[in-house]
Amino acid sequence: MVKKTIEEINAKIKAGKAVVVTAEELIPMVKEQGVAETAQNVDVVTTGTFGPMCSSGAFFNLGHPKPRIKMAKVLLNGVEAYTGVAAVDVYLGATQIPETDPANKNFPGEFNYGGGHVLEDLVKGKEVLLEATAYGTDCYPRKKLEKMIRLDELPQAILFNPRNAYQNYNVAVNLSDRTLYTYMGILKPNLGNANYSSAGQLSPLFNDPYYRVTGPGTKIFLGGGVGFVSWNGTQHNPGAPRDAHGVPTAPAGTLAVIGDLKQMSPRWLRGVSFLGYGVSLMVGLGVPIPVIDEDMIRCAAVSDSEIFAPVVDYSESYPQGLGEVLTTVSYAELRSGEINVNGKKVPAAPLSSYYGARQIAQILKEWIMDGKFLLTAPAFNIPLAGGISDYQGLVFSDSDPARGCHNA
Amino acid sequence: MKEKMVLYFPPTVTEQPFIYYLIKDFNLLVNILKADINPRMEGRLVVEIGGEKADFAAGLDFLQGRGVKAFPLEQEIIWVEERCTQCGACTVICPAGALHLDRVTMQISFSGDKCVVCEHCIKACPSRAMEARF
Ligand code: SF4
Ligand code: SF4
Repeated sequence: MVKKTIEEINAKIKAGKAVVVTAEELIPMVKEQGVAETAQNVDVVTTGTFGPMCSSGAFFNLGHPKPRIKMAKVLLNGVEAYTGVAAVDVYLGATQIPETDPANKNFPGEFNYGGGHVLEDLVKGKEVLLEATAYGTDCYPRKKLEKMIRLDELPQAILFNPRNAYQNYNVAVNLSDRTLYTYMGILKPNLGNANYSSAGQLSPLFNDPYYRVTGPGTKIFLGGGVGFVSWNGTQHNPGAPRDAHGVPTAPAGTLAVIGDLKQMSPRWLRGVSFLGYGVSLMVGLGVPIPVIDEDMIRCAAVSDSEIFAPVVDYSESYPQGLGEVLTTVSYAELRSGEINVNGKKVPAAPLSSYYGARQIAQILKEWIMDGKFLLTAPAFNIPLAGGISDYQGLVFSDSDPARGCHNA
Repeated sequence: MKEKMVLYFPPTVTEQPFIYYLIKDFNLLVNILKADINPRMEGRLVVEIGGEKADFAAGLDFLQGRGVKAFPLEQEIIWVEERCTQCGACTVICPAGALHLDRVTMQISFSGDKCVVCEHCIKACPSRAMEARF
């Protein structure tokens, strides 16, 4: 049985001897060499995903002017940031739209600009208009501030995304007879198309389905820079149904992630607009998976034909919260561009860029091979099914046996 | 002859029945391809005008004399590659197969010659990578 510690793998990375492959490259290797031999040979498997992730945003410290100000309302290029924290700290959310945006008054609204775009503009190095107002206090007398700011001039800018990297997601279709405008894109009537949003076999949590090596403290690729997993994400649902291999067949685990916005690149943080829905941010994220044992390889070798997603009607079941699933389809079928729903052939389109995911896994692989990126173990494991939460007690247990990816 | 034209109407004239005059007085065939009036009440019509060459020229003179600007339609759709994230969302929106996702490289390509300038992709592309140019 192969067993490697993260320290051993890091020693190999530093010596320039680590063998790193992407989750996509791993699949044929395991088919040819088998699990045991591949686990022996490969040290790290890199993953990636590049898709719209609405639960994203950044904390900024905007710096104190003279005299000082306790900002009560802040607009960045007309987009409001949350100020209910300390004086010049704010949080700008990716889906915030400008107050002046007509939204869906003229349906479907275009939503050409919002929080995600402000974040993209900042990482591009563009100047952004800051407008702040305050009620004024003895310690913070100033009541108004208006200036152009640039990311490199700000004291701190921290990307903090409460929910990214969804482990599986719905495939959205439309059974009604009118066009729907959703966060899953435009859905044409009568099963006109099926939209999905996951990098499947390249997606981080599909390759570590039991969160054995992905948890708080895991160093990752985030928005083109280096970030960390900070917690499980909001809506983390490890109890979602899983197939015999442990792969969830419905939306399951999520990650909260954090990183220095100043390191990031507009290539991997992109403001996006969904007609009739709103704005969001496309986030590039990649997690390295240390091959600590054979089980890790077994999990990471999962391929698109073995991963299944639920097909959900966004005219009725999703908006009404009915939880009905029309059918399940594999990511191999989705990626072929056509799926079968209710006996009808439906063209399928991704919202998340598989090409981008592949590039991220490749970049992360190069960082590791160049010895620039060492791996970190999670400080503790994020919760598994059954409500077992490793952070409920004072003592964090070691990885428990339930996290094994047994080949059923 | 037959030509696609873009007609711009200043706010002062948007209520006049120009198309009716073009048909009745100049013996032209007018097919309206697209019409919109912006919030400043300026109108824009994309039309296909057919008829005898002399009638066509006279019709255009008439329009221009009334303050309507007329240009030949040279609109095309541009794919701004650096804005494209290669997501693929546009592939089920384009009715003409002009936006294609290669299933092996998972990269998008745009074939301008297949494009029918329906403009559906412009608002459907989340990254706003598709643009109309005149
Ligand atoms: S929808 Fe836009 S960003 Fe996505 S592939 Fe098409 S052109 Fe590129
Ligand atoms: S304008 Fe219409 S036909 Fe041309 S690429 Fe866009 S969707 Fe396709």
